[in-house]
Amino acid sequence: MEYGQNISVKQADLYYGDFHALKNINIEIPAKKITAFIGPSGCGKSTLLKCFNRMNDLVEGCKITGEFKIGEVDIYKTNDVNALRKNVGMVFQKPNPFPMSVYDNIAYGPRTFGIKKRAQLDEIVERSLKQAAMWDELKDRLNKSALGLSGGQQQRLCIARALSISPKIILMDEPTSALDPISTGKIEELCGELKEQATIVIVTHNMQQATRISDKTGFFLLGDLVEFGDTDQIFTNPKNEKTENYITGRFG
Amino acid sequence: MTVRKIFDEELSELKLQLVKMCRVTEEMMADSITALTQRDYELAQSVVYLDKKVDEYEMNIEKQCLRLLIKQQPVARDFRTVSSALKIITDVERIGDQAADISALTSSFKEEKSFDCPDLIPKMGELAIKMVKEAINSFVNENPFAADDVIKADDEMDDMFDEFKKQTVEKIKQNSQCADTAILFMMIAKYLERIGDHAVNICEWTKYNESGVHVKV
Ligand SMILES: Nc1ncnc2c1ncn2[C@@H]1O[C@H](COP(=O)(O)OP(=O)(O)OP(=O)(O)O)[C@@H](O)[C@H]1O
Ligand SMILES: [Mg+2]
Repeated sequence: MEYGQNISVKQADLYYGDFHALKNINIEIPAKKITAFIGPSGCGKSTLLKCFNRMNDLVEGCKITGEFKIGEVDIYKTNDVNALRKNVGMVFQKPNPFPMSVYDNIAYGPRTFGIKKRAQLDEIVERSLKQAAMWDELKDRLNKSALGLSGGQQQRLCIARALSISPKIILMDEPTSALDPISTGKIEELCGELKEQATIVIVTHNMQQATRISDKTGFFLLGDLVEFGDTDQIFTNPKNEKTENYITGRFG
Repeated sequence: MTVRKIFDEELSELKLQLVKMCRVTEEMMADSITALTQRDYELAQSVVYLDKKVDEYEMNIEKQCLRLLIKQQPVARDFRTVSSALKIITDVERIGDQAADISALTSSFKEEKSFDCPDLIPKMGELAIKMVKEAINSFVNENPFAADDVIKADDEMDDMFDEFKKQTVEKIKQNSQCADTAILFMMIAKYLERIGDHAVNICEWTKYNESGVHVKV
């Protein structure tokens, strides 16, 4: 069974205890495209995103049913969560660099997966930083603490960190919500470049961001996937009235 | 319940301005036909003057649309409405130009002694006014069926134009003396037929606004 770059979810339900957080989700996320999840706070966007790398496993009382496939692999049927995490990288809302050097931040993942040779790590650090368009900025500061970077730089470092393991899929949960427009622009540009090699799923509250960068958009409401389609269609001609009301700001 | 009250008000205002702009062109068309049939050259002159007002409306509505695009970054129906309005004003402006052109031609009849305005001209004029009025109404009332009626009416306009062409050819054959005026009338008929096409364009935007798909008919 091979990890692929498309995500296929069939009849998925998720409960946090008694709370039904995801309701019969069916979605086909295409490979090497950017898919955006939008919807009001608490509708389950992050919950679904976290299903894709089994981060919800850690949540007590969380019960998941249905099928989640990444390529051929049914990810809740495999016992090798390490292999899953090697293929699926994640970037969070708040930049969360480890309290260590820039270099060690990026080498952390590859080291966890058993890479020890310095030359190989050097190569990975350089490639990841280059992909995140940070090499020139940071090549002379590799040994400085990552905590000394600006918020925007920290977030791009976290993206570089996610890239260090060459994931097939990158999950991003509101990656730019704490950033200024310039840093946001850099990350959006980066997403556009990354989709040549990886599938990106991004949660965003910024509707313009979804229209700017994504190919597909899913609109969630109270645990339902209300509408999923081409981003152009969702934002110019949504089929569902709830989608229309939400994106035009006439919600509630 | 809406949380975008101000934006909704701005959209209504935009539509109101569109209707007002259109009213001016309707007045221009009516006056240009009256000026022609009654040989009222002063009235014809005033139509040319009204065209400036149409241009002003176009500029202002365009500004309003661009401001809304920047400020509200509209999506879905809101986006379709604003972008349709942007396209529609171009057609309305052209309609104004054509009415002004008709009036400019009217002045050429000043020297003509034998003047006999063919019946079909005021008939085409009436239909043109009706089509334009209903086209813009279909947009502001968000009524794609009314748009379809206008699109159908354009066939009638085309038929009248073809008929007029035949009549003109006959007339010239019978009496080559009247060729000059016949050709002037022919040009006027062509302007009226074009106005019908612009009304159809407006209706296509009405339909786009409702369906999200822009289809050229
Ligand atoms: N660990 C948890 N335990 C219990 N309930 C949770 C847990 N995590 C999330 N929920 C609930 O599940 C629902 C969906 O949460 P989720 O974080 O997926 O929303 P979201 O769409 O990402 O919202 P936001 O836009 O605010 O980030 C919410 O009602 C939330 O309170
Ligand atoms: Mg969230």
